[in-house]
Amino acid sequence: MQIAVGSGKGGTGKTTISTSLALSAGTDVQYLDCDVEEPNGHIFLKPKLTHRETVVVTVPRLDESRCTACGKCRDICAFNAIAQFGKTVMIFPEMCHSCLGCFRVCEEDALIEDTREIGILESGMAGDIHFVHGRVRIGEAMGVPLLKAVKHKAEQDRLTIIDAPPGTSCPFVESVNDADYVILVTEPTPFGLHDLKLAATVLKNFKIPSGVIINRSDLGDDRVQRYCDSENIPVLLEIPFQRAIAEGYARGINLVDTVPELRTVFSDLLTRIAFEVAQ
Amino acid sequence: MEQTIKEVLILSGKGGTGKTSIVGSFAHLAENKILVDCDVDASDLHLLLAPKPTETHDFKSGVKARVEADKCSGCGMCAELCQFESITMGETAVISPLNCEGCGVCAHFCPEEAIVLQENHCGSWYIADTAYGPLVHAQLFAGEENSGKLVSHIKNQARQLAETTNTGLILIDGAPGVGCPVIASLSNVDLAVVITEPTLSGKHDLDRILDLTEHFKIPALVCINKWDLHSEMSDSIEKSCNDRGANVLGKIPFDRQVITCQIQGVPVTADDTSLAGYSIKAIWKKLKEHL
Repeated sequence: MQIAVGSGKGGTGKTTISTSLALSAGTDVQYLDCDVEEPNGHIFLKPKLTHRETVVVTVPRLDESRCTACGKCRDICAFNAIAQFGKTVMIFPEMCHSCLGCFRVCEEDALIEDTREIGILESGMAGDIHFVHGRVRIGEAMGVPLLKAVKHKAEQDRLTIIDAPPGTSCPFVESVNDADYVILVTEPTPFGLHDLKLAATVLKNFKIPSGVIINRSDLGDDRVQRYCDSENIPVLLEIPFQRAIAEGYARGINLVDTVPELRTVFSDLLTRIAFEVAQ
Repeated sequence: MEQTIKEVLILSGKGGTGKTSIVGSFAHLAENKILVDCDVDASDLHLLLAPKPTETHDFKSGVKARVEADKCSGCGMCAELCQFESITMGETAVISPLNCEGCGVCAHFCPEEAIVLQENHCGSWYIADTAYGPLVHAQLFAGEENSGKLVSHIKNQARQLAETTNTGLILIDGAPGVGCPVIASLSNVDLAVVITEPTLSGKHDLDRILDLTEHFKIPALVCINKWDLHSEMSDSIEKSCNDRGANVLGKIPFDRQVITCQIQGVPVTADDTSLAGYSIKAIWKKLKEHL
């Protein structure tokens, strides 16, 4: 079973919830940090990272001795990664989406498969938790292939918790599209509600079952609750603001270590979700 | 003489650090400026500024592939060629628009010419009036990509507007993260202001965003929000910022009044009872000295 934890926007407690779920699940759980731009799960789970690999994408490199400047590679490239000035062909690997179209149209074998590093993937154990995360290279605009590499590490028969990136655009969608259930973490504020609506709309379009956790539930109003009621989205849990939780978070201490009673609450929540997914 | 236009970008590494509340306050405090919200994915600034659109435009970018089922012979070549796992084969090919990157390889090689590429309408952008000046903002449709292009587009629109109205300051609310939309929002910027929180993850995200501003050689200043939730961490962030040449402009205390203001839809600096509001006023004063 795959459970993704999303939020519409960062800062609502997504990592707090996803790491707490992983810590409360018992054995044989996997935690995938799909927020490859700003991975933070390792700060709370403190895994021993024993495996590290560079993630690359395939990009073309020109063999000038073979190129006849026919222009076919430039014509097929939808991303302006290949330009041609007269007889000079130039390749901009950072704009390449690795569709491989240029290789296929080149009749002179003038393109060589080269690679471009987009980031690193690290994995290891955090206690009983199988931990995986990716870190995109700074200045790299294409995080999705790295996110996919993190997701490919998911073991099918293992309970998997996915910490999704913020927002509702392609990285979020890529993180949740195979999930059996998505937990949306929000705050009872106008910003929280607005972003929750966007994320909930995406999930509704995908027909992925979802529920909401309201974090810092006493620091706002009841509009999130009313929205969830009107949309038939279950509110799974409400966590009131506590300075101790905020201070623990600041120090990298996980929620279930700051408030140990919550461990049972989260493990019950996993049971409830498993039941709902099985229906 | 033509006025030089200064672009100030407010970033956070990650959402939820209070960036929009702070940008909303800067919008309240700054005189004669144009506002831009580059968080095209999940923007919130409009909740504070209550913009009234004066112009609404479609944003189209790239293409998406679509199968004309009556022409498709089901040969499966497109599915084999697609590098983005966006084509599945039934009796005919089926393309998932969410995964399609619009590379056009499938259409190029389809022996039956059964795939057409359609321009992709992926969002809207607006020029709006607010109580604090014009706002250029946008909304990308959920699940869409090309947010970097939309960010570049609205930034260009803001610049044109600044030139025609002879406005010297563009105040930009950035997107979260360090990826495509943030990179796009950094172009042409004179100064970046990074909002962070005194937490281990805040420190981690701040380091990554400062790596990014250094990478693009953009001077950066830092504000620590909710500093009193962990004052030692706040000190440690301040020290590490100073060590790497990104000075801390100021610190803002945790203040429940910020949320009350959010609910009322007013900038926190407009509230005379808010401690956070006073700190933001002091920060703005210092920020102006850097412009």
